[in-house]
Amino acid sequence: MLRSLQIEPEKCTGCLQCEMACSYEETGMFNPAKSRIKIFNFHEEGRFVPYTCTQCTEAWCMHACPVEAIVINEATGAKEVIDDVCVGCKVCTIACPFGTVNYNQETGTVHKCDLCGGDPECVKACPTQAITYVDSDHGGLERMRAHAAQNLPKDGAQA
Amino acid sequence: MAWTRKVLRVNLTEGSISNEPLNMQWANEYLGQRGLATKYLVEETDPKCDALSPENKMIMTTGPLTGTMASTAGRYSVVTKSPLTGAIACSNSGGYIGNEMKNAGWDMVIFEGKSPKPVYLYIENDKAELIPADDLWGKSVWAVDELIHTKHQDPLVRIAAVGRAAEKGCLYSAIVNDLHRAAGRSGVGTVMASKNLKAVAIRGNLGVGGINNPAEFFKTTTDGKKVLAENAVTGEGLPALGTQVLMNVINEVGALPAYNHREVQFDGASKISGEAMLEVREGDGRPNLTTNAACFGCTIACQRVSTVDKTHFTVKDKPEYQGNNGGLEFENAWSLGTDCGVDDLDAITFANYLCNEDAIDPISLGATIAAAMELFEEGAITVEDTGGVELKFGSAEALVWAAEVTAKGEGFGKELGLGSKRLCEKYGRPEFSMTVKGQEFPAYDPRGIQGIGLAYATSNRGACHLRGYTVASEIMGIPEKTDPLETDGKAGLVKAFQDATCVVDSAGLCVFTTFAWSLEDIAPQIDAACEGDWSVDRCLEVGERIWNMERDYNLAAGLTAMDDTLPKRLLKDIAAKTGPAQGRVNDLGKMLPEYYELRGWTPDGVPTEETRQRLGL
Repeated sequence: MLRSLQIEPEKCTGCLQCEMACSYEETGMFNPAKSRIKIFNFHEEGRFVPYTCTQCTEAWCMHACPVEAIVINEATGAKEVIDDVCVGCKVCTIACPFGTVNYNQETGTVHKCDLCGGDPECVKACPTQAITYVDSDHGGLERMRAHAAQNLPKDGAQA
Repeated sequence: MAWTRKVLRVNLTEGSISNEPLNMQWANEYLGQRGLATKYLVEETDPKCDALSPENKMIMTTGPLTGTMASTAGRYSVVTKSPLTGAIACSNSGGYIGNEMKNAGWDMVIFEGKSPKPVYLYIENDKAELIPADDLWGKSVWAVDELIHTKHQDPLVRIAAVGRAAEKGCLYSAIVNDLHRAAGRSGVGTVMASKNLKAVAIRGNLGVGGINNPAEFFKTTTDGKKVLAENAVTGEGLPALGTQVLMNVINEVGALPAYNHREVQFDGASKISGEAMLEVREGDGRPNLTTNAACFGCTIACQRVSTVDKTHFTVKDKPEYQGNNGGLEFENAWSLGTDCGVDDLDAITFANYLCNEDAIDPISLGATIAAAMELFEEGAITVEDTGGVELKFGSAEALVWAAEVTAKGEGFGKELGLGSKRLCEKYGRPEFSMTVKGQEFPAYDPRGIQGIGLAYATSNRGACHLRGYTVASEIMGIPEKTDPLETDGKAGLVKAFQDATCVVDSAGLCVFTTFAWSLEDIAPQIDAACEGDWSVDRCLEVGERIWNMERDYNLAAGLTAMDDTLPKRLLKDIAAKTGPAQGRVNDLGKMLPEYYELRGWTPDGVPTEETRQRLGL
């Protein structure tokens, strides 16, 4: 069963534990600047929003790559960058409509979320469950549940 | 490792910048941040220097855990001599810039001298340069933040700046980073402005590494986060209500000073409490609180993100103040609200915005306004001084006016910028000043909580709750309950809190973790990150060493045991009128001699030779 990252911005506090975990997984350092998941702080609105790759099925980055350096991991559904193949042309960073593939000046290649091979570090690091890893077929389950709950009888009333 | 082992030295007089290795012998003795930077200050400056002269230095400093995944490990401190107190100043802040400094590769930035013209320091990893700031001078922190981001075309730059108040000499100016987190107390922003340094802007992408034992580090920090999450204060109370969880609690125990400490309880407390911040307003149909938020790396998330009611008189014609901003902490709600007798939540929230915008310590501001209100009601200050404003207790309009003129350093705001002690002396009523060593009190009344009185009196940076938060024990029962009205045992309690807090600060952690963590939780995290053996005992010894070093600095600066006292109002003149502490004053005299003895100090409050030797001072 494939799983997807599910992000619920209203639960995010902006602590950046996910960014540290993501960068540590890739580089062995705590380096939010290298994180493949980013937290955006909308100050006026008082909101934090985590954002990362959604692992498109027909992934623009993958189709745009001239050297086929981006491949599907069949086990996780992640589109992964093969470092040894990537030539750092950055075409994928232009092709991605969401900005979630980025060049890494240290390695000369691009990097993006690879779901950590099916055990995402950001999910484990998030203290508020703003990022969870759920059945890809049911990303909307919690929202469905919330709406379903509206049909419950009011306090004290019997159906 | 965990330290970057690099120090950036900025000579503002000459406009030169150099780097040097961190003194690792000192790091082993003083850990980092508060302790280590104070050691540098002690070694490099004359404690008798004028705090606002080029001879004083200002150090921005991180701890070994800053920038790691340990919970709350994003903090930095500013260490310098305080212009408000003449004592050591060490002001601690969260937000994101502490981590950015560490990621740029620096444990510490030491500012020396005074720039001939306004400048800001821009750091990009190994590169650092002083950039003219004539266009930033005269502007608020918020304006500076926007201008620097625009100029560098980089939204990820983290910025700390001083506002207009500091430029105009307000003695309790803060340094505000990330728009609303503050190195708040003791006038560290005033020192920064005196050096013509308007801002520090940092961008770092080198990463924080060198964890001594990564497997152990992840284990202990994960364990630590679990403890925080499962604790009623750090896991529930603080995220839900912030530090404002305390407003009603402290009022009920009769230790909420009101009307410049004439009272110990406030009728309007519930209207400005954390609970009140959740209530839907009539004006615009939303609550004060939008959400809670976290500083870098923090899994508690006690920050308040708030709005002022759009229909309220403070913002209705000012759309720029209608968005979300850093909301009320308990201390600020107390100082701007309770101490001034103001129970208008929107007005207090707005006054707090002004403190963010122009980098003022809200505790000192509110407490100074409260003193000014008493001076006004007693006729020592008149409408001629205020330009027609009726500076009366309970007036939200007067509060907001006072905050505005102080923020901009205009008119009577210059007088308020002197702080409570100098203001009350100037107007002939020094007994109205609720200060220790010239620094204004925070939100806990020493008549209702005896131990905190001793903590205020002996705090190395003047009246402060964050140098030894005995309230945790006396009110909340952490780590164990002591009777707030009892003086027995408080000397030992104060010492224990003071020493432990030195360790927490010096590691780069937030002191709020100690609602749930003891050194038994903290020492293993330091030990796993840093080389060498960082046992609980060693941490305690380092904490005690730091406290005594700060004490030595103050003694060398000219302070004496005479300064370890409280205002007469709390010791003698006005006993608590209501509540559980009714009839009580603070019995400092019963606690202080025992405290000196436990510290290994003479009856005159001077560390004995034996104590110095034991601590390697």
